Amino acid sequence: MKLLGPTGEVGDQVFKIAMLLCGLAVLGTLVLIVYELVLRSGPSWHAFGFKFFAGRDWDPVNEKFGALPFVYGTLVSSLLALIIAVPLSIGVAVFTTEMCPKVLRGPLSFFVELLAAIPSVVYGLWAIFVLVPILSGYVEPFLSKTLGWTGLFVGPPYGISMLAAGIILAIMIIPIISSITREVLMVVPQHQREAALALGATRWEMIRVGVLRNARAGIMGGIILGLGRALGETMAVTMVIGNRPEIAKSLFAPGYTMASVLANEFSEATGDLNLAALIEIGLALFLVTIVVNALARLLVWTVTRGQPSRANA
Amino acid sequence: MPEAGTTSALHTVPPIALRRRVTDHVMTGVAVLTVILVLVPLFAIFAYLVYRGIGSINWAFLTQTPKPVGEAGGGMANAIVGSVFILALASVLGVPLGVGAGIYLAEYGRNRFGDGIRFTADVLNGVPSIVIGIVAYSIVVLYQKHFSATAGGVALAIMMIPTITRTTEEMLLLVPQALREAAYGLGIPRWRTTLSITLRTATSGVITGIMLAFARVAGETAPLLFTAFGNQFWNLRADQPTAALPLQIFNYAISPYDEWHRQAWAGALVLIVLIVSAVAAVRFAVRRGTFGAA
Repeated sequence: MKLLGPTGEVGDQVFKIAMLLCGLAVLGTLVLIVYELVLRSGPSWHAFGFKFFAGRDWDPVNEKFGALPFVYGTLVSSLLALIIAVPLSIGVAVFTTEMCPKVLRGPLSFFVELLAAIPSVVYGLWAIFVLVPILSGYVEPFLSKTLGWTGLFVGPPYGISMLAAGIILAIMIIPIISSITREVLMVVPQHQREAALALGATRWEMIRVGVLRNARAGIMGGIILGLGRALGETMAVTMVIGNRPEIAKSLFAPGYTMASVLANEFSEATGDLNLAALIEIGLALFLVTIVVNALARLLVWTVTRGQPSRANA
Repeated sequence: MPEAGTTSALHTVPPIALRRRVTDHVMTGVAVLTVILVLVPLFAIFAYLVYRGIGSINWAFLTQTPKPVGEAGGGMANAIVGSVFILALASVLGVPLGVGAGIYLAEYGRNRFGDGIRFTADVLNGVPSIVIGIVAYSIVVLYQKHFSATAGGVALAIMMIPTITRTTEEMLLLVPQALREAAYGLGIPRWRTTLSITLRTATSGVITGIMLAFARVAGETAPLLFTAFGNQFWNLRADQPTAALPLQIFNYAISPYDEWHRQAWAGALVLIVLIVSAVAAVRFAVRRGTFGAA
């Protein structure tokens, strides 16, 4: 019973150490992730070096591995998602903070955040059976007729395509970008708005000059956070992108992403080198998302806390 | 420029130019349009889930295991139970660690080292779930030599920890310092104060954080693909491959069979209902409890 004695000195020490171990577990998890990824991707690193990310062949039978098509697919699908999601998210955030009646504010944000609660696999399911038929039946024929000359919208309109992946990703990252933008807009000081209005600005001019301009860094942070989510998103993309390791200019063509090649091939990897190559893709994905997320956190922290020094800690 | 301002410049404000007023209205319209464009997919997804799901859910779906291709009927009972099993394993691992780390940050972590852990938790939150799956594969599956429910549980636990840590910390910091000081004044040791006064006061908030983490991982598929792997039969052994609802939905959705598509929709509806009701039940229980500070 000494451990739990009235002064609690021993108990305090034991408790503090136990809690510290839990804290260290968080740190340890990250270290473990890095260690395992680096260790197990070693064979691929030794075999291919930097050329791994420049090679276009993915041939498990002859043990030739190049990750370029996956890197390309990840970048293009995520960029496409950003192009669609950013204006929509900012519009929603501006509407909920600056324009809509107070009564609507709560329910609207609730609905948008509900989008974030839907599991990825359910998005994929919906995309396969609802989005893809709409794309192949209406959207893609229309796009190829009107914008076919750009070369981005040519080829047979199968629906299963880079375009489908970009759209479903956009729907998935809208809640993140818009909720962070909303947060950032809300911390813009009220007197900025009042000053703009007092100078005779219309409501839109007030939003543009007084609000959006002040919130630029934070909105950028939200966008980058959305990008981080899009880069690592797996299931929904795997279900609609077509899973073919090719680099095609047309957005109607199927593609492949780093996350989806892991999802499809990891449990069926044929040899040590194949497994190592897949884990190296995982390592690259991990490093990119770490950098992207750290950057985003830094930007958001500088805005919402108003003290840049904390973000560096 | 309109002439109104020149006659009695001191008393009237010149009217706003037409171009500026039109821009104002147009931009308001654009904002409303974006809201509509965002809400359409949301309602479309829920409408389809209910429409396709309700028609496919029946008693067999909830009580039977999958039938081989071509045979009608069968269900996802083993996947539903498997999901609950894997989530329970994940919670057993993730909740104590997450809450403990949160306590450390709130009570002892107001320093650089604490900031480091805080930042690590945020970074961990952004790691793609498929990468977490690889790590769980290499630390559990490679040693056990086969896929298992434990590996799935480890993967999901790693994903739960950062969310739980950060919300626990936030909730503990909301507890007034005076409450802690009152406890110290009564001669209660610090560890006892933290557990019985601080943590207890913040219980509802901490549980909300746990439920948030739970809801986030309950629908995760990617980290289970090569950890829990899936199973067509019943399994409640932690060291064996186990079926999970999201995995089953994925496999059925990409299959070429109509009957399986139907079941995928039913599974998705069950998954959403399970997640929402788990969260709602805990929230309700917490609100009814003695700790009202929700």
